[in-house]
Amino acid sequence: MTAAPISLLQLALASALLLVALGLSVVLRLGLTRGLAVAATRMVVQLLLVGLVLDWVFSTESPALVVALAVGMALLAGHAAVGRTSRRFSGIYADALVSVLGASFVVTGAAVFGILRVEPWYDPQYLIPLHGMLLGNALTGISLSLDRFLDGASRGRGLVDARLALGATRWEAARPLVRDAVRTGLVPITNSMAVMGLVSLPGMMTGQLLAGASPDGAIRYQILIVFMIAACVALAALAVVMLAYRRLFSADHRFHSDRLRSA
Amino acid sequence: MPTPPLVSLRHAGRQPGGRWVWRGLDLELRPGDRLAVQGASGAGKTVLLRALAGLDALDEGDLLGGLQPVTDLPRHRAAVALVAQRAALFEGTVRDNLQVPFAYAVRDASYDEDAARALLATLGREATLLDQDAHELSGGEAQTVGLLRTLLAGPHVLLLDEPTAGLDPERTDAVERAVAAFLAADPDRAAVWTSHDADQLARVTDRTLRL
Repeated sequence: MTAAPISLLQLALASALLLVALGLSVVLRLGLTRGLAVAATRMVVQLLLVGLVLDWVFSTESPALVVALAVGMALLAGHAAVGRTSRRFSGIYADALVSVLGASFVVTGAAVFGILRVEPWYDPQYLIPLHGMLLGNALTGISLSLDRFLDGASRGRGLVDARLALGATRWEAARPLVRDAVRTGLVPITNSMAVMGLVSLPGMMTGQLLAGASPDGAIRYQILIVFMIAACVALAALAVVMLAYRRLFSADHRFHSDRLRSA
Repeated sequence: MPTPPLVSLRHAGRQPGGRWVWRGLDLELRPGDRLAVQGASGAGKTVLLRALAGLDALDEGDLLGGLQPVTDLPRHRAAVALVAQRAALFEGTVRDNLQVPFAYAVRDASYDEDAARALLATLGREATLLDQDAHELSGGEAQTVGLLRTLLAGPHVLLLDEPTAGLDPERTDAVERAVAAFLAADPDRAAVWTSHDADQLARVTDRTLRL
């Protein structure tokens, strides 16, 4: 069984659904009309463009192109993750990028080479969607944990100084912040795993079911994906927090709160 | 030969935010010293105490422990301890707070409940304070706990930044007595005070550095 294709007319009808949200915004004067319209337009244009790029990449069968696309996606994710933090330090973009690249490539690599054993390994039909799914989640994990860490370091400056003044090493002084930040980054994936299938059917599985896959196959893929996401988010959150820790706490056990600035 | 200093600054300068608050400063603290640091607001008294504790790096000059430049800052800070003007207390009870310094790798000693109770009594506080939530203390109580936490950890040099600001005369007297008793217990200990109260500095110190 294959999915019934969606015609342009059907897409146009779907866009009418958005008018409900826009109408509510106008009636209740939520001030969201413009933002909603812009976001919806962006989404459509971005997806259409991505569709063109994917069509092209799927047809060329070039590993270099697939890897380049994966790196490009990671660059955007790293940049977007920093965009959501309220405090910055110099080098924050590089740290976010290294974290998102490292975590997503390690986990995608493990899946493609170790678990799925895709042939050829760069088959974009597997690699690109898997990678995109990981990046989207890693982005959230990075921005949440980084924001939490920097907020804790800024507001809790006095506490960090107090620990150091009592003889703590930089790690002893920062450990509560690091733990709190990584935990915060893992909250969304933990929560979503806990209710998955009961409250929500995940987007990828829904898409597969609509496209005609058997529930058993879709569920197996979903379990694989969620485990990959959890691993990737954990790695990315830990990496970015540890890199930020090394920027703010120097090896001589000093805390450089002056390296923090508001976004 | 005189005893070597516990901690000293040599040709030291700090310019937080690009402005020199002091430069070319030479300072030695020896066992038994009671030093007052005086100066107008913004003269860099707190900056000096933080530099002595090694919390902030000098912009020029050296920080020495004994006769050597300080290289192991956690060990230095365990010996030369800053009591901040506003005590930052950790989550948990007062007792939890007092135990924190003994969890750090730099210390071999363990928390001594009897010593804590004795010091609390000297500071004019009830032992029941130990079981209170640290985040529900009054400003004065928090200040007391901040001082107590450092005294229990047993440094050689106490850096006291306005330790009695905002306390009533009775509490101020209790803090002065507790610090005096702490210093008297070991002749090798020294203290540095900042205060806006000149009478207090005359009581508790025997020499003055003006910034």
